[in-house]
Amino acid sequence: MSLTFILDGKPVPFAEGETIIQAATRAGVFIPHLCYHPEFKPHGSCKLCTVKVNGRHTASCTMRAASGMNVESDTEEINAERRALTQMLFVEGNHFCPSCEQSGNCQLQATAYHLGMMSPHYDHFFPNRPVDASHPEVLLDFNRCILCSLCVRASRDVDGKNVFALSGRGIGTHLIVNAKSGQLGDTNFTLADKAAQVCPVGVILRKRKGFAVPIGERKYDKAPISEAATTEGR
Amino acid sequence: MAENELHAEAVAGIVDRVVTRYRRDPTCMVQILREVQEACDWIPPEAIDRLQSVLGVPRTKIEGVAGFYSFFYTRPRGKYRVLFSDNITDRMQGNKALMDRLCNSLWVERGKVSEDGLVSVGKTACTGMCDQGPALLVNNYAVAGLTATRIDEIAELIRTKVPVTEWPAAFFRIEDNIRRADILLGSEFKPGDALLAARARAPSDGLMASNMRSWREGLPTGLSGPISMLDEIKRSNLRGRGGAGFTTALKWDACRNAPLKGGMQRIVVCNADEGEPGTFKDRVLLTKYADLVFEGMTVAAYAVGATRGFLYLRGEYRYLLDHLNAVLARRRRENLLGTNILGIPGADFDLEIHVGAGAYVCGEESALIESLEGKRGTPRNRPPFPVTNGYLDQPTIVNNVETFAAAALIALNGGDWYAGIGTKHSAGTKILSVSGDCARPGLYEYPFGVSIRQVLEDCGATDTQAVQVSGPSGICVAADEFDRTIGFEDIPTAGAFTVFNNTRDMFQVARNYVHFFQHESCGFCTPCRVGTSLLKNLMDKLNNGCGSPYDFSEIEKLNQLLQSMSHCGLGHTACNPVLDTIAKFRPYYDKRMIQQDFTPAFDLDRALSAARQMTGRDDAGAHLASEHGGTACP
Repeated sequence: MSLTFILDGKPVPFAEGETIIQAATRAGVFIPHLCYHPEFKPHGSCKLCTVKVNGRHTASCTMRAASGMNVESDTEEINAERRALTQMLFVEGNHFCPSCEQSGNCQLQATAYHLGMMSPHYDHFFPNRPVDASHPEVLLDFNRCILCSLCVRASRDVDGKNVFALSGRGIGTHLIVNAKSGQLGDTNFTLADKAAQVCPVGVILRKRKGFAVPIGERKYDKAPISEAATTEGR
Repeated sequence: MAENELHAEAVAGIVDRVVTRYRRDPTCMVQILREVQEACDWIPPEAIDRLQSVLGVPRTKIEGVAGFYSFFYTRPRGKYRVLFSDNITDRMQGNKALMDRLCNSLWVERGKVSEDGLVSVGKTACTGMCDQGPALLVNNYAVAGLTATRIDEIAELIRTKVPVTEWPAAFFRIEDNIRRADILLGSEFKPGDALLAARARAPSDGLMASNMRSWREGLPTGLSGPISMLDEIKRSNLRGRGGAGFTTALKWDACRNAPLKGGMQRIVVCNADEGEPGTFKDRVLLTKYADLVFEGMTVAAYAVGATRGFLYLRGEYRYLLDHLNAVLARRRRENLLGTNILGIPGADFDLEIHVGAGAYVCGEESALIESLEGKRGTPRNRPPFPVTNGYLDQPTIVNNVETFAAAALIALNGGDWYAGIGTKHSAGTKILSVSGDCARPGLYEYPFGVSIRQVLEDCGATDTQAVQVSGPSGICVAADEFDRTIGFEDIPTAGAFTVFNNTRDMFQVARNYVHFFQHESCGFCTPCRVGTSLLKNLMDKLNNGCGSPYDFSEIEKLNQLLQSMSHCGLGHTACNPVLDTIAKFRPYYDKRMIQQDFTPAFDLDRALSAARQMTGRDDAGAHLASEHGGTACP
């Protein structure tokens, strides 16, 4: 076990086949990410986890670590780029943190704090995205969807249900639900599904259980995402 | 039986017929959806019901695919679906006036379906008819050389509900416009000759055994027949004609040497998804030289040891499908495809045609493979690359139409002959698709190394201020650079050569291209999905007179971000047209930088204008003019 690569000037050990973000997380180094989740096949779409490998930008969730790699991650340049991507995600959807049930538990919000995002910077798109309240136990608020596809992967790969998928193209890409009506209430989705647990933002919400933990005492209120992620492996 | 049950039954019948033809194979999803739509005029929910049950795939997957491609409709779009090509050349040729004329004549609003559900009229990206625009697609069949008279005739045919199949054949006539032919466009090639030459070149001893082993077992090394073919490609210095210029022999070699897992085979794919605005060479190659292209694919299959192939034809060229299938059928009859091709033992290769459905991004090879597998056309994470893990995880080469045509000529005449044409690092010839402000638009084939000036002279261009080489993702060349040359040493190109004379507004050229990229972004990665929309909004902001130096620096920052963070080439190049025109044609931008300081893009009068028009206001306070832009911002 002597395989290492250099991450921000320090050697990081890795096992054959591991990606950069896997090795970094194990070594306690946080690389911001939204669509990556250690339990699922990497998607590589949010691009938040982009690092520079030997001077070239690449997503650290899909790039396998190799000996001799010189990886830059926590630099001013890359963090500025990540901040811009985070701002893009904020203006693309409708994110109103103060009234959001997930505030304090939201990875997007926590990542924005981590990157020092002080404003959305870009003009808001204000898309029209109706909510889906058809399911007895779960509310879908598409306004907050960042298209990470974690629910798609969880439902397909763990639950074996294919409840969710992405449709549309470009800026019109959106989450769809596996029912002719397009409504979650007409699917076999349940609260016990893995897909109900993985949303990094506030799209998939449990009904009648809102604000059980007061704002100020929530996950990222207690510890910033950089600490929370490396201690629990995501 | 209720009417909707009858309808559902009829739709199910159509779906069953189509699905049976595609062997109930979900990897043919794009083809199945296309044929269902051709029969039903759209993809009704009943069709998705039926597909879900007969293919055994989740509804989300079908809807995800149907929602990705521009030419698939999950809402009714009319019996007649008219899409005007909206490339910059179509605009220069007056497509907007013609579209308005058709809309007025048919009482239909642009982008909407007529109230009787008969017709819709909309816009689409470049349809590859720039040498004979303006052009449109009606139910995905190309109509070029539009005039006001032709538009009136079309309106009448639609009003009187004449089926498109019964429209006059002259409407669908597409010219080849070959203006300068060289080794490729001038070749007098007899089908089979290249294969025979490739075979003859192999050392005779062990020919049979080597071919048997390489084709049937995919053993990579020490085999004379295919290896000698590969050697010719190496010697020819052939590089890919899709624009990136990757060395063809390296790609083929990598595929040939990729390990084959049990039950797998190597795959040859021809990329005829000619989506780069301003490019139309593949249209002509497939019209007139289909044999050369198919033979090049067969030669490639021989060299890499592949047994199965695909031609991925862009949806805009749907009209070529019957012709191409006829050529394939003839080649099968003549034993130029199939098993033991031309009596070469073990030489087994056949190919099928997949038709795209309106997605520029599918020109990217891994997105193309996703589409071939019946999925959304999203570029894959790489590595692994297609040469080892391509179509259904099998070793796959994807090459441009022109690359395969050149490969056939190399098989015929040898690599040294080919390497002697062109320049040191750019062997052979390049076909340029010349359009825009010139007297003789069409195809011009030159040995590499030709200067921009020479091409302009040959095509009869005068007072030229700029040439967009290789389309929006290429570069914009200004008059002081016309001595630069076409080739990998200087200006590489996939073939587009769009000419702009001194009367053209280069800002509008760039803006048209930015709209194109925004429309074609696949939406997979954040920077391209959101960034192309932000860029479009910034260009529209400048157009509306709200631009300030602030917006310039925003454009530059966006470019940096898209270059470094995007998932594929679409995002990497999306800012090129803007950066090039800012650098070279700054006055067109300065004219629009009316504001000294930051000015918001939002304009109250513009936002209210639709409502004001609806309520019939026409007084000066209504500011109705502002919706057309130019004077809106304070």
